Amino acid sequence: MSQSKIDPTTLAVLAGRMEQIADEMDATLFRAAFNPIIAEAHDASHGIYHAQSGDTLIQGKSGLPIFVGVMALGVKAVIEKAKKDDDLADGDIFIFNDAHIGGTHLSDMRLIQPYYYNEELFCFLASVGHWHDVGGAVPGNYNPAATDVFQEAVVIPPVRLARAGKLNQDIIDILMRNTRLPQSAQGDLNGQLSALDLGVQRMDELLNEYGAVTVKNALVALSDSAESLMRSEIEALPNGRWEAEDFLDNDGIVDEPLAIKVALEISNDELTIDFAGTAMQCAGPVNIALPTTLATAYVALKHLFPNLPANAGVMRPVNVLVPEGSILSAEFPAPTGGYTETILRMIDTIFCAAAQASQTLSVANAYGTINALCIAGKRDNGKPWVMFSFYGGGHGANCDGDGLNHGNAPISTATIPPMEILEAAYPVMFRQWALRPDSAGAGKFQGGMGAIYEIEVLEDNGAEAFLFGERGKFPPQGIAGGSTAALNRCHYENDGQWHSPPMVSKMRQVTLKQGEAVRLETPGGGGFGKASERDPDSIATDVHAGLISEDYADSVYGTLWRKSKHD
Amino acid sequence: MALSGVKVNMTEKRDTSSSCMAGVDVGGTFTDVFILNEHTGTAKVAKVPTSRPDQSASFLTGLAQHINNLSELSVVVHGTTAGTNALLERKGAKTGVITTQGLRDVLEMRRRDRPRTWGLRGNFVPIVERQCRLEVPERTLADGTIKTPVDLQAVKLAAEQLQKAGCESIAILFANAYANPANEEQAVKVVRDIWPNNHVATSSEILPEIREFERFSTTALNAYLQPEVSGYINRLENALSKDGFAGEFMIVQSNGGVMNADVACKFPVRTALSGPAAGVIAAGHIAGSAGFDNVITGDVGGTSFDVSLIANGESMLSAQTAVDFGMVVRTPMIEITTIGAGGGSIAWVDKGGLLNIGPESAGSNPGPAAYGLGNDRPTVTDANIVLGRINIDQPIGKLSNRLDNSAAAAAIDKHIGAPLGMGTEAAAEAILRVANSRMAGAVRLVSIERGFNPKQFVFMPFGGGGGLHACAMLHDVGIAAAIVPRYPGVTSAMGCVIADVRQDFVQTINANLSDLNSDKLLAFMQAHVKQGLQLLDNANTKIDATEITFELDMAYIGQTHTVSVAIPVEVKQSTVQPIDQTSINDAFDLAYRHSFGRLLDNGVKRIINLRSAVIGKRPKFDLRTLAPTHTNKDENNKDDCTPQCARRVHFANQWHKTVIYDRLSLPVGTTIDGPAILEQPDTTVLIEPGFQGRVDEFGNTIIKAQES
Repeated sequence: MSQSKIDPTTLAVLAGRMEQIADEMDATLFRAAFNPIIAEAHDASHGIYHAQSGDTLIQGKSGLPIFVGVMALGVKAVIEKAKKDDDLADGDIFIFNDAHIGGTHLSDMRLIQPYYYNEELFCFLASVGHWHDVGGAVPGNYNPAATDVFQEAVVIPPVRLARAGKLNQDIIDILMRNTRLPQSAQGDLNGQLSALDLGVQRMDELLNEYGAVTVKNALVALSDSAESLMRSEIEALPNGRWEAEDFLDNDGIVDEPLAIKVALEISNDELTIDFAGTAMQCAGPVNIALPTTLATAYVALKHLFPNLPANAGVMRPVNVLVPEGSILSAEFPAPTGGYTETILRMIDTIFCAAAQASQTLSVANAYGTINALCIAGKRDNGKPWVMFSFYGGGHGANCDGDGLNHGNAPISTATIPPMEILEAAYPVMFRQWALRPDSAGAGKFQGGMGAIYEIEVLEDNGAEAFLFGERGKFPPQGIAGGSTAALNRCHYENDGQWHSPPMVSKMRQVTLKQGEAVRLETPGGGGFGKASERDPDSIATDVHAGLISEDYADSVYGTLWRKSKHD
Repeated sequence: MALSGVKVNMTEKRDTSSSCMAGVDVGGTFTDVFILNEHTGTAKVAKVPTSRPDQSASFLTGLAQHINNLSELSVVVHGTTAGTNALLERKGAKTGVITTQGLRDVLEMRRRDRPRTWGLRGNFVPIVERQCRLEVPERTLADGTIKTPVDLQAVKLAAEQLQKAGCESIAILFANAYANPANEEQAVKVVRDIWPNNHVATSSEILPEIREFERFSTTALNAYLQPEVSGYINRLENALSKDGFAGEFMIVQSNGGVMNADVACKFPVRTALSGPAAGVIAAGHIAGSAGFDNVITGDVGGTSFDVSLIANGESMLSAQTAVDFGMVVRTPMIEITTIGAGGGSIAWVDKGGLLNIGPESAGSNPGPAAYGLGNDRPTVTDANIVLGRINIDQPIGKLSNRLDNSAAAAAIDKHIGAPLGMGTEAAAEAILRVANSRMAGAVRLVSIERGFNPKQFVFMPFGGGGGLHACAMLHDVGIAAAIVPRYPGVTSAMGCVIADVRQDFVQTINANLSDLNSDKLLAFMQAHVKQGLQLLDNANTKIDATEITFELDMAYIGQTHTVSVAIPVEVKQSTVQPIDQTSINDAFDLAYRHSFGRLLDNGVKRIINLRSAVIGKRPKFDLRTLAPTHTNKDENNKDDCTPQCARRVHFANQWHKTVIYDRLSLPVGTTIDGPAILEQPDTTVLIEPGFQGRVDEFGNTIIKAQES
């Protein structure tokens, strides 16, 4: 028996024990965090990473999906920093938010700590959380007009927050001076430090119980197991090359579509994901850095194969090719604040290409935009108010059935704030909060419906509205012959007339008077399979419920449904 | 199967003339009955298969095991899954909704969530069809201002349309009705005028709390359940009274308190976790009596492991739960965390060669491979069987006579042993180690999430399977002791007899502390107290003391998460005494500092909700009435400590000759060193090598590591 062999029982138990450590770190931060983005939306993640490569070994279950792929790249950045300085010791903790070296966007603050056992570097522990505010031009750091990172937020490269177990107050002072909400930031920082403390304590217990050699062997075996799981999933698919292309409407600065192109190439048990043909780096904030791109590829794969573990072994048989200088490998200091839109489109194209390899594997496109809408103004007493939220849309249909009506984005699990909470906090009234009929892609299975939100300003002083959305020109795609969904639409009311903004899905500083409104109509999800194969009873049911109009039903499905026995 | 009755000496006579109280917990597989005769000091338990579809049959059969004449019963308290099942199986009534213009889809849109994080599959069908969700012109703003008065003609037309469509119940769901219920009140009056029907309710009657989806969902689910659950309760009441029952019939709520049957008919949604909540209440009482105030309970059922935490004698309450995806019920309930690792959970090896347990379960039908009912994949129970830990001749949870050891072994060999290159026993041990490790993980996580260290708690297994896994929780979590109740299989039924009468109330206030209208707050508190005391009066049961608590959900402005602030308010002769802003401020600071360690300088404090609880403490019976009547100091009882027999049981990679005891006949004070198995009709308690079990004065088994 070779040294790296480990008995299957111990392996299975250790797999659970270590995942549990990451889960407990998540729970510690969720409980301690001051800021609702972490405490309620769980925009955070924790894990255990390889001592030399930084590869993901274990990650918690409850963190945000996008972090599952991206954390390792932050650890790699710290490893490089330590190597460059030739300086790494037990009790060091690094902190950074730089999106261009292993980050996502600047709101995500990473804490990374080398873990030593018996004076030997065993692994890294990491914690990432979305802080409420980290400086920059716009509160909350979502600046659609940013043309570089400096307009987005303060940029922190990997630096030592603690050295040999002692916190460096100078770094903390710099951080707290660069946020509009220092109390919130301090709360999050303390929570992340507590999570790392707990991780260290739990790793000590685990290694004391099982011994360093056994745990190390388990980690090797888990990566191997993740790899062979991924290989067996790929091998079950046919060999071949499948391409898909989609577009972003524009970057918010220049009104030109930006192509995202992907080719999936399956060769036995290996997969290449090639983004050749994707648009070059742009002026506005829809660029993303290479680490984010690699992480997104992982997120897309995990949606296709939900049983994949959060372990770098999964990516060994996967080769991701990203053209240099493209929006998927943007160079510092390109702005990345709108990264959500770009990675959603990457996932859409991967799903469309994968559907050509296997119809049962993939799902049709979801609505594909987070629609970050900001309505802001001043109250009578001069106090400013800012209502900032993301809005939902339909999910894609798939071989199992229709898509979900009004879901959240595939990269997130965040829920939408209740209308009544928004109305109680801000001088607005929702005239409508409803499903959007006829917004889904038709097919044997129909996409989920998008939504309509119509928001009226109640304040005498009026307000200004900003929107960062997408899918205004290029609709969510169906798969396996399913149709596209409706486009994203935004309108605003001025002097009794409805207008749409020039950049369609993006809107800057539109003025609304009291009693005027903004209306979002979000896309549904794409359809699955041919519309002609849809069960007439299902069509009749949707017509009867008013989810699709008679005209729409006749035009996309034909009139057979009218003979359905539905009462 | 009926369990033997236990006759015991009374420690304290009560002067009630009506002698017996019965707790009846109807679960998916079994109906459990616990009967306490306060007069004679007899406690009896029974377990019968749950009848389908009408559960009232097994309810009566269970009672009849020990009660000849139902007139002997003064109180029957019921833990029921009727509501939960109707929700899960979508068997509620056709329900109509009348709602604010523009908001008909709130129920269907939820809070923009999805069923599972990964995979993007699955959808949601709301319990009210879209064509039965009708809009009417009306609008109230967040501050309670009526922007648009309700169009009563439109309400009338909508009600008529819903009635014509065959709806049996109606929910009236208006925006911001928590802030001002006037529009809802007018609308419901019109509906009740044209359509006298018990199943019409407004969102402000059911849950006057901010957050439209949660309020609408709770109200709509209540309406959906009302005809079904009130029909069930009425059938039971009729059947009981036909057989001579003239006492009080009560139902356990998810908050662990009981309510009158007629209140349950009005608020069926409050029964969502009825049975499990009763189990936690009993666990708290049993552990508290035995001297343990900090307890983590673990109920090992067929498909799941349910964990709950009791700290300083108080069980944790959570504000809401989702019965299924998108079916949110917001009402205070005992917090129970569930993972998919129960006796029926299936063990499997994934494509990467890693052993996994669940979440797929064989349930109770077809059940484990050893049941021989068609499942050939190995379950946790199969592993326990193969290792000799479960007596195959006296199966629990199975209605036939014998378990098939060879079928269990074959399933384990084929699906686990062969792919992992392990022998049968090694593979079975592997299944249990992984299952135990997952259960231990849940115990740790539940503690951490609540800010507790699990090592400061004792573990109490209950349910049929808990006793098999108690030692594993001790060594995997590092807990010092486990307490196995004398009757772990009927804990929920016992909880029905113990639970207090309790009513919870909520009212959204939504005001800054500095602008608080204290008179208005006082009026809400007084209204809650009045209603609560009225309900206690109506509950025709003996109440020792009344307890009233008030809490405010508060936060600094800008925060969306709240802290629960207990406020010191006196109630003198049913009258709530005024409270001033300073006292609330101090109470907030105390609670906030406790949760977050520090206060915010210059933060503006806001009151979101008032939560009141009116609790009628019912007399607690002395658990010694359940204890063995003899101690090991008595020479005549030596025989009881003699093992019944011995069999081979596999622990830690080898077979051990393991003695088997009849658990219920063990005298108080007996200590038994592991390896040993204690058997009783519905439970097996495993004492692993290195552990020791001791029978305490209540008949509980306390398990600890052997002192070396």
